[in-house]
Amino acid sequence: MSSETKQILTTDGIPLEASLKKAERKNKIKAFLLVAPLLLFLLITYIFPIGDMLMRSVDDKMVTEMLPKTFKSMEKWNGNEMPPEEVFKSFYLDFQKLVEEKRDGKLSTQLNYTKNGFKSILKKLRRKAKNFEEGNYKEQIMAVHKRWADIEYWLAIKRRAPAYTSSKYLKGIDMYKNEEGKIVNVEEDRRIHRILWLRTLEIAFFVTLLCFLMAYPIAHLLATLPMKYSNLLMICVLLPFWTSLLVRTASWMILLQQQGVVNDFFVMIGLVADDNRPEMMYNKTGTYVAMTQILLPFMVLPLYSVMKTISPSLMRAGKSLGGTPFVTFWKVYFPLTIPGIGAGCLLVFILAIGYYITPALVGGASGTLISNQIAFHMKSTLDWSFASAMGLMLLAGVLAIYWIYNKLVGIDNIKLG
Amino acid sequence: MSKNSEFVKFDKVDKSYDGKVLVVKDLNLDIAEGEFITMLGPSGSGKTTCLMMLAGFETPTNGEIFLDKNPISNIPPHKRGIGMVFQNYALFPHMTVYENLAFPLRVRKINKDDIEKKVDKALSMVSLSGFENRMPGQLSGGQQQRVAVARALVFDPQVVLMDEPLGALDKNLRESMQYEIKHIHESIGVTVVYVTHDQGEALTMSNRIAVFNDGKVQQLSSPDKLYEEPVNSFVAEFIGENNTFAGEVTNFQKDQCKVKLLNGSEIIANPISVKSNGDKTTVSLRPERALINTENKMDNNFKGKIEEVIYHGDHTRVRIDLLGNKEFILKVPNSSANMDIKMGNQINVSWNSYDARALDPK
Repeated sequence: MSSETKQILTTDGIPLEASLKKAERKNKIKAFLLVAPLLLFLLITYIFPIGDMLMRSVDDKMVTEMLPKTFKSMEKWNGNEMPPEEVFKSFYLDFQKLVEEKRDGKLSTQLNYTKNGFKSILKKLRRKAKNFEEGNYKEQIMAVHKRWADIEYWLAIKRRAPAYTSSKYLKGIDMYKNEEGKIVNVEEDRRIHRILWLRTLEIAFFVTLLCFLMAYPIAHLLATLPMKYSNLLMICVLLPFWTSLLVRTASWMILLQQQGVVNDFFVMIGLVADDNRPEMMYNKTGTYVAMTQILLPFMVLPLYSVMKTISPSLMRAGKSLGGTPFVTFWKVYFPLTIPGIGAGCLLVFILAIGYYITPALVGGASGTLISNQIAFHMKSTLDWSFASAMGLMLLAGVLAIYWIYNKLVGIDNIKLG
Repeated sequence: MSKNSEFVKFDKVDKSYDGKVLVVKDLNLDIAEGEFITMLGPSGSGKTTCLMMLAGFETPTNGEIFLDKNPISNIPPHKRGIGMVFQNYALFPHMTVYENLAFPLRVRKINKDDIEKKVDKALSMVSLSGFENRMPGQLSGGQQQRVAVARALVFDPQVVLMDEPLGALDKNLRESMQYEIKHIHESIGVTVVYVTHDQGEALTMSNRIAVFNDGKVQQLSSPDKLYEEPVNSFVAEFIGENNTFAGEVTNFQKDQCKVKLLNGSEIIANPISVKSNGDKTTVSLRPERALINTENKMDNNFKGKIEEVIYHGDHTRVRIDLLGNKEFILKVPNSSANMDIKMGNQINVSWNSYDARALDPK
C-alpha cells in the first residue's frame, strides 16, 4: 500500500479523526470529573504521604543546616589528622548560635545516633563555652573533654555533612557505614532487624499456606452446596469478618492463655497435665492461630467467587469421560481455580506481611513482626526517619512479591469476583 | 452380530429428590443396541433426571437400571463407560481441543500414538481437523458443540447421552447439527440417548421417541407413529399442531364412534381411549388432515367461518370458527386453487373419521 494513508472525511468535510475526538471530548471530560474526587483523595492521602515518607527516610538536612559553617570548613580537611583551627572555630560559632536558639539538644540527639558519647561532651562544651576566649578554639575545645581531642568524633560529625543518607536503610538490614565509609554488618549480638524480616516472611508464608488449606474446602462447599446451606455457611465465614479486629484478637487471648479455655479443655480431656499447660500465646503459635483465623475470609472470598463460576457440568463431564473423582478434580477443577488461589494468596500474604495489631497483642517477643518494630520507632524512639525507611522497605518487598507473582502467574489471571 | 434389544433397561425406576414428590414414576424403558432414542418432554417432566440416573450422577430411589444386562446403580459414573454431551458443552476451558479429546483416553492410560490416532479420527468425523491447538473459547458455538460430540465419542463408549446439546445454538446451525449428529450415529452405530424439549429435533433424528410428562413415559414409538397416532391427548397436544373438540361418546362401535360436542353437533371419530357410550373425550385432529372445499368423499363435513388468515410462504394458516371451536386451524397449501380464502367467508371443512382420534379428556 502507499505510504501515506488517505485521510477519511465526514460528509461535512471535517477529518473523521477530528470529528470523532470532538464528539468524544464531552464524555472524556465527564469521565474525568467523575474520577476527579477519588484522584484528589488518593493524591492527598496516599501519594503525598508516601512521597513524604520517602523523603523523610533519606533526609539528613537537619544536621547539615545546624552546622553550615563547620561542614563548609570541613570540605578541605582530609580526615587523616585532627581538623585545623578553622574547623574548630566554625564549629564553635555554629554551636553558639544553636545554643542561643536553644536547638543544641536536637543536635546532640542527632550526633548521638551517629556515635555514642556525643551527648555528654556537647553538654560539657555548652557549659564551658560561655567562658571561651576569642582565638585558638582548637585548644580550648579539646581541653573541654578528651573525646573532643579524638579524631573519631570529628569524623563522625563529618559523616553527617551530606543532606541525604542511606544509613537508615542500612540500619534496617543490620548494616552500617563504618569510619572508612565501607558498608559492614553490625555486631552479631545487635542484629535484630534481619531476624524480624525473616520472621515476618516466614509467618506471612505459613499463614497464607494455612489459610489456603482451610479456605479451599470451605470455598468449595460454599460454591456447591444448595442455597439454603451455603447462605448459612457464608454468614459463618463473614460473621467474624464483621466483628472488630480488636474484639477477635482479644477473644483469642481469652481462648489461648495458659488459664484459658483451650488449655482448660486440654486438661479436662487429659491431653496435658494441669501443671504443664503449654504456652499458646505471646509466641509464634499465638500469632499463627490468630492471624490465620482473621485473614481466612480474605482467602475464602476470592476462591469462592472463582469457584462459583466453574460450571458443575465440567466435573460431571470429567467423570463421565472416565476420570476418577481425584483425577477430575486435579486436572479439571483445580487448574480452573488457580486465578482465585492467586488472588487469595497474594491478598493474604500482603496483608500478613504488614500485620500489626494481632502480633502486637498475642505475639509476645517471639511473635512480633516488622510492622511492630516500625510502630516502636514511631512511638517510642521517635526515630521517624528510620520507621519511614523500614516502611518503605516493606512496601518495596510487597511490590517485589507482586512483580514476581506477575512474572509467574500473570496479574491478569487474578480474579477477585 | 445379533443386536441386544434390551441393551439399556430401566426396570421400575422411581426417583424422588425430597421424599415427597416423585420426579420419575415407575419407569420401564428398553433401549436397543445401536438405537437413537429421544426422551422428549416439557421441562420438569423427568427426562433429564432419567439421563442423569443413566449417567450415574443421580441414583434411582427405587428400581434398577441395567446396561448390557448388568445392574449399574452401584457403579460410579467414571466406570460406566458412557459418553455424555452436555447442554452447555462442558468443554474444559483451560485445555486445547486436542487435550479435551485426549482427556478420556489419557485417564484410560492409552499410549500416546493411539491417542493421537483416535483424536485425529474423532476430529475428522466432526470435520474439525486442524483445530487441535485452539482453545474452546476461540471456537464458535457450533464448533464447540462438535468438539463436545467428538469428545463423547472418542473413547468408543457403549452409549452416548446427549442432554439438550443443541439448545444454545441458533436455528440454522441447530438444523445442520441435527443432520450431522444423525449421520455420525448412522456411521458408527453407537447407542444414543438424546434429551430434548424440541419436538422438531426429536422427530428428525430419532429411531424412537419416548414422550415424557409428569414423570411418566406417555408414549414410546417411532416418530411417524407418534405424530400420526398419538395414544393420549398430551402426546397429541405436545407433538405438532392439533385441533381438539371436547365432547361425549354417544354411539360407540369397535372402529368408529359418534361424539356429541358441547354445542350439540355430532362428529364421527376413531375411538382410541374411549370404551363405551357416555365417556368424556377429547377428539384430536391434525390440521393437515382436514381439507377445505374438497371433492373427495369424507364422512365429516361441516361449515365454518374464516376468522384469520396468516401467510406463511409455502402454506397459509387459516383459523376457522368451526363447531364452537374458534381456534380450529387449517393448513392450506399455496396453490392457485385456494385463492378464495378471505376473512369472513364461509367455508366447507371435511375430514375422515379415521384421522379424528377420540382420546382421553383433558
